[in-house]
Amino acid sequence: MMNVRLKEKIAFFFLFLCTLFIIVPVGMIVVLIIKKGLPALTWQFLTDVPRQGMRAGGIFPAIVGTVYLVTGAVVCALPIGLAAAIYLSEYAKDTLLNRIIKLAIVNLAGVPSVVYGLFGLALFVVWCRFGASILSGSLTLGIMILPIIITASREALEAVPHSFREVSLSLGASKWQTIRHIVLPNAIPGIITGVILGIGRAAGETAPILFTVAAFYLPKLPQSIFDQAMALPYHLYVISTQVPNVDEKIRYGTALVLLSLVLCVNLIAIVIRYRFRKQKKW
Amino acid sequence: MDKFKIEQLNIWFGKIHALRDINLSIYNNEILSIIGPANSGKTTFLRMLNRLNELEPYFRMSGRVLIDGREIQTIDLEVLRRKVGIIFALPLPLPLSIYDNVAYGPRMHGIRQKSRLDEIVERSLKQAYIWEEVKDRLFSSAFKLSGGQQQRLCIARTLATDPEVILFDEPCSGLDPISTAKVEETMLNLKKNYTIVLVTNNVKQAARVGDRTAFFLSGELIELDTTDKIFTAPKDKRTDGYIRGKFG
Repeated sequence: MMNVRLKEKIAFFFLFLCTLFIIVPVGMIVVLIIKKGLPALTWQFLTDVPRQGMRAGGIFPAIVGTVYLVTGAVVCALPIGLAAAIYLSEYAKDTLLNRIIKLAIVNLAGVPSVVYGLFGLALFVVWCRFGASILSGSLTLGIMILPIIITASREALEAVPHSFREVSLSLGASKWQTIRHIVLPNAIPGIITGVILGIGRAAGETAPILFTVAAFYLPKLPQSIFDQAMALPYHLYVISTQVPNVDEKIRYGTALVLLSLVLCVNLIAIVIRYRFRKQKKW
Repeated sequence: MDKFKIEQLNIWFGKIHALRDINLSIYNNEILSIIGPANSGKTTFLRMLNRLNELEPYFRMSGRVLIDGREIQTIDLEVLRRKVGIIFALPLPLPLSIYDNVAYGPRMHGIRQKSRLDEIVERSLKQAYIWEEVKDRLFSSAFKLSGGQQQRLCIARTLATDPEVILFDEPCSGLDPISTAKVEETMLNLKKNYTIVLVTNNVKQAARVGDRTAFFLSGELIELDTTDKIFTAPKDKRTDGYIRGKFG
């Protein structure tokens, strides 16, 4: 019979090894992309339009397009998502309808992104006649990140101690005042987390923008929300598979920019959250 | 003159029958102590008086609760809760500064003027005997205060809404003896201007501060009389037993 202690050591070692393995793919992705993409990162690459059939020049329009789309998606999804989260956590009673709503949110999160793309095409591009435009793309991405924002916000709201609500109500504040002055301010870090997750998702997805906004090649900046735009993930897809003889470093450079953009947003949000946490007084 | 009149009050939470056929009056400017073992319904009774029980799911009630002759259900919830303030068992400052904690109630009732808020905050903190200890750090977090100070801050916060009745729900259960003495002293001083209902697990506390004392057991009001009588010559054997520490 094996020594109990030895067994434990083997088990711990095995668990540790598996945990360690998580770092490997992340590290490899980052290292590979930085190594191959860094040489492409010049000022011109970041600020110039694509030239020579996207085989040279820069990716500025795609960066701008992605920033517009992500901003648009958050602007669409945050008010609705937050309002829904407040309703669900503060007002909703346990009725059949509310259970169906909660189920719908869970399912919304599980819908494949390409289905969102098709849905956006049918609803916004065709039926609403927005055409392939930043507006259509933002709305589609907004719906996609809605469940992320709702779920994170709801958890943040529900994490505010019940006793704070009770104290506020007992002082003669109305329910809305309680939410507005006590619950919401203390839930902000969690809500920000939801927004970050949403931004990361919206910035990276290709399928939802494929039919709704993304331009194959558009060497000028969009002028209004009804214009088409280039976007980083779609641009990456195009230069990797649709255009022959694109220099490898341009492709990896694009990937690096996309990755940095998302990581940057995450970093900003983490800093904001940290600031709020430090203020937190309970 | 009665401040509260409770008639045939029954309360249920789901299947649990928390209060049974309670009839009693609470007089103006008295301290009514309520004693009884755990689960005797005393906190439920207290939270009935400003309708906090209704926050619980599956709450049901029958009977009437009148304040100044008016049924409490006919009064706006916000108005009732301003009139009838409560101090909870644990000190529960809001995650705000000391000043903002005290000013919270008045602000929610629409007072915006800085000078008026300043005046209310100072008066309330003085009434709760904590002004001297906090006047130099009004804008630091309420969580930096000690437990006893926090509880007195909570009293000040309730006073700031200008109530007529103050409910104390075992206000000293988490406090050391010195803080307890300070809170009790505060209560006795408040009696002049307010009606006080005190739920306590500490029988001696009821004896020290209560004008009248009620004994609750299993959701029933067993006995209610002046504190002197309850503690020297209770009519019911169960009251006698509880006071002597034979059960509960």
